[in-house]
Amino acid sequence: MAAPNTAAPAPTTGPTTPEPLPTSADDRIERVTAAAQRIRGYALHMGEVQGQGYIGQALGVADILAVVYADQLRYRPQDPHWEGRDRFLLSIGHYAIALYAALAEAGTISLDELDTYGSDDSRLPMSSMASYTPGVEISGGSLGHGLTVTTGVALGLRHLGNPARVFNLLSDGELDEGSTWEAALACAHHGLDNVIAIVDVNALQADGPTAGVLRTEPVLDKWRAFGWHAVRVDGNDPSALVGAFDEAAAHTGSPSVIVCDTRIGFGVPLLMEREKAHFMRVEEHEWKLARTQLEEGSTR
Amino acid sequence: MTTTDHTPGRTAHPAPRLKTSAMIASFADPGQKTTPAPFGHALNLLAEERPEIVGLSADLAKYTDMHVFRDRNPDRFFQMGMSEQSLLGTAAGMAEVGLVPFASTYSVFATRRAYDFLCLDIAEPGLNVNVVGALPGLTTGYGPSHQATEDLAILRGCPGLTIVDPCDALDIEQAVPALAAHDGPTYLRLLRGSVPRVLDEYDYTFELGKAAELRTGRDVVLISTGLMTMRALQAAERLEADHVDVAVLHVPTIKPLDTAAILTAASSDRLVVTLENHTVIGGLAESVAATLAYAGQGRRIVPIALPDEFLAAGALPTLHDRYGLSTDSIVSRVKAELHGSGRTAGDDAGDPPSL
Repeated sequence: MAAPNTAAPAPTTGPTTPEPLPTSADDRIERVTAAAQRIRGYALHMGEVQGQGYIGQALGVADILAVVYADQLRYRPQDPHWEGRDRFLLSIGHYAIALYAALAEAGTISLDELDTYGSDDSRLPMSSMASYTPGVEISGGSLGHGLTVTTGVALGLRHLGNPARVFNLLSDGELDEGSTWEAALACAHHGLDNVIAIVDVNALQADGPTAGVLRTEPVLDKWRAFGWHAVRVDGNDPSALVGAFDEAAAHTGSPSVIVCDTRIGFGVPLLMEREKAHFMRVEEHEWKLARTQLEEGSTR
Repeated sequence: MTTTDHTPGRTAHPAPRLKTSAMIASFADPGQKTTPAPFGHALNLLAEERPEIVGLSADLAKYTDMHVFRDRNPDRFFQMGMSEQSLLGTAAGMAEVGLVPFASTYSVFATRRAYDFLCLDIAEPGLNVNVVGALPGLTTGYGPSHQATEDLAILRGCPGLTIVDPCDALDIEQAVPALAAHDGPTYLRLLRGSVPRVLDEYDYTFELGKAAELRTGRDVVLISTGLMTMRALQAAERLEADHVDVAVLHVPTIKPLDTAAILTAASSDRLVVTLENHTVIGGLAESVAATLAYAGQGRRIVPIALPDEFLAAGALPTLHDRYGLSTDSIVSRVKAELHGSGRTAGDDAGDPPSL
């Protein structure tokens, strides 16, 4: 992908900042939608390599990642450590399959490399590790870390006068972790408006529906009470997502959170109907059907 | 509670005032030379040379000497509130963008409460974050909630983490720039407040990863770390008066351990005694024992350390005496060992030998 994020906000505000390239709203949505479709395809491909995985979540957050990588984030695909980059921190390490798909879409890792997902000596372990994969900013796996590190990156960037922004994708399950709320307090206290948190609310955790495991609703009210600028959108609606991210980018004075309601397995009806959706096992003969369903969806 | 004797015909005397516990207690001897807040001043000195130095605290700046840095460098100090997981995760994030954070709180909270954050966010990516833990071991009489008697045992298992247990103010002053210069995560067992100053009377310079022979001696070698080196030196002087010749090897870096110096120290037939302000489980004693055994030099060592139990609250001098860390206790213990009465059935059974 040669020129990602042409519609992303300019790096700094002020009279000398060049205007973003003129891109119509329709063009942006179209580009995001196409990227999301490819991200889903890459995730299915990796899932088939392993025969299992957090495929449902990957399909669910594909639209969010498409907006982030194809519309919002400023980065250089071939230079993942570029100092001026916006940071995207995935604190939900088990969503690594989705992030790898997004990084393939971004051009940071090659499509061929996706074949190695979860294999011995691969740079793409099943839970994301910063030291393994270009473009992966933090190691995940233990939940509730992402927003604390986000706080430090954002404080540090501001201290250094670097206008880059810090995105953190966390899950509704991570709202169980007290550390998430420690960091939420800190971001608000320090007025970190370079932070944009994204909460994937798929309402499902390892032990079952979130409402039964540990009730987190009303999610939006909680973030607002913690001093955040908070909006809630349909996380599988590219148009709504782009609007929410634009709003968050324009907001100043406090951190922003975009609460995204997503559907596990979105885009592949076969997988959306799974009862055991948290960690999904897909039979060999089902992969072809899943791919067909995904492709059919894209032409509707 | 003060009571008064009202027995008729007798003069009323107030009962002796009980010694009480305090969160912040001094382990300095009366009249001992001390330096105020050596960590805070050393960090200020370093910050003048290195603009990337930043300080963080979790609502304990005032009690970890970080307030000295905060007051001098308000724009480089970040208050995180009483949230240790957030403290260490945030420090990791700041290191990710090129800053060199010193994050201070009490040892118990950095280790027991926030270990996952120290491990995954700081140590795994090998970031230059310097975690500063005050009240290590038995340096408060406040009770088990604040006594980090097992911090070394917890942290020695963390891959890539450098661990420093300084003896005195001079050790701290020299360790701070060394820890910042070290490209990786570190943990400093902080002595705070009025910190004794003893090592400037010896030909000594702190060197990360190195042990230092402060005294030579033919009869006994005391291998010590942290504030126990101060006690070891005092005990050595007292024993010298009794014609016992005692060497002291100071081991300020617990990890990586200077195994060469330890093997050399234990290679003679001298009595080998380890001293640490930490539980006998998983600290210096076991590190030395493992070093000797792995090198095929297994031999008996005498561990002076805290017992494997939750300690009492009370006045610090009382507790140091009770748990065998006082100079008097060390002298008695060494003498007993030299006269062959140190071994007990309890030792053979692996019970805490300092009881």
